[in-house]
Amino acid sequence: MVSRVTDDYTHMVTAGCQAVCEPAFWAGFDRSSAAGFYDYFCQLTEHEPKRAAKFGLPHFSWLCINPKESEDLKLADDVLAIIPKFLDRPNVLGIGEIGLNKNSRNEIKVLEKHVDLAARHHQLILVHTPHLEDKLKGTRLIVDLIKSDKRIQPGRVIIDHVEEHTVQLVLDAGMWAGMTLYPESKCSPARAIDMVEMYGNEQIWMNCACDWGVSDPLAVPKTALEMRKRGHRAEAIDKLVFQNPAKFLGQCPNFKLPEL
Amino acid sequence: MTRQQTLDLYFMDARWKLIDLAAFIDRVERAEGEDDFRMKAFRTALMELSKGNREKAKQVLLAFSDPTTEPIPTATTKAACGAWPGAQ
Repeated sequence: MVSRVTDDYTHMVTAGCQAVCEPAFWAGFDRSSAAGFYDYFCQLTEHEPKRAAKFGLPHFSWLCINPKESEDLKLADDVLAIIPKFLDRPNVLGIGEIGLNKNSRNEIKVLEKHVDLAARHHQLILVHTPHLEDKLKGTRLIVDLIKSDKRIQPGRVIIDHVEEHTVQLVLDAGMWAGMTLYPESKCSPARAIDMVEMYGNEQIWMNCACDWGVSDPLAVPKTALEMRKRGHRAEAIDKLVFQNPAKFLGQCPNFKLPEL
Repeated sequence: MTRQQTLDLYFMDARWKLIDLAAFIDRVERAEGEDDFRMKAFRTALMELSKGNREKAKQVLLAFSDPTTEPIPTATTKAACGAWPGAQ
């Protein structure tokens, strides 16, 4: 949400959103130092929750250095060193969105360090999977890496941006699958519902791409509308768009929502 | 949903997407030059649509995917281009 206008908060609340969960991600450019990340983590844990609160929306965040900036191992180590200072902030859900982008050796080294950090601090994990032609390979590498760390419970990990060729791989590993909705180029509302109809509605949720690129903060409510058009019952829609994410995120003691 | 209900809901949307796809291929083929690895992957993916497989979206995604398993030495770019260059 750091790159969105305040009107988006108004629209999200009007559409019935109950909370916003914002991962640390790439800013569209490479930050030049760990100090830039320090400021970004302050923005995610101090400023943005206050901005969201003005619209009655609880704001939660995830912390990491994202895989697009993981090629520089010195920078990654410097950022990893400051993350623990923020983990006790009241809106922090865990470590994310970590993962891979181009499936490089350095990206894997940094992913391993993030997973170790999550294990040592008993944090939930949110994983970014690569886009387009790199997704299948990256998802396999990520799932294998996380499964190899026996300190990590698969049910405390969500692998995000799944598509038809990766969703079963993630679910078979006992991890949660996130379907990220985009207005163009990647998973659409119709395809997300197809996946639910084909692979079931357990350990799966949807989220909106909501960044500085072409994205739509109302993609989840629009997908709920699409489910209604297909005749899905209200309980099934509620499970996918609210109960499932609340169940996963509820494993973090910081995730508390006002009584509905 | 029944097949009739599915068609009622999605046929028009799929129809314009199919025509748009056909127009894209016409546009590429009108232009001078050769296909690159992306267009070759695209044509491979198109063939998946007529194979009778029940997981066509998955097969199309696989046609564009890097099938290798070893990490690359270094990331020299951040962006993905939509098809695996190694398939050419």
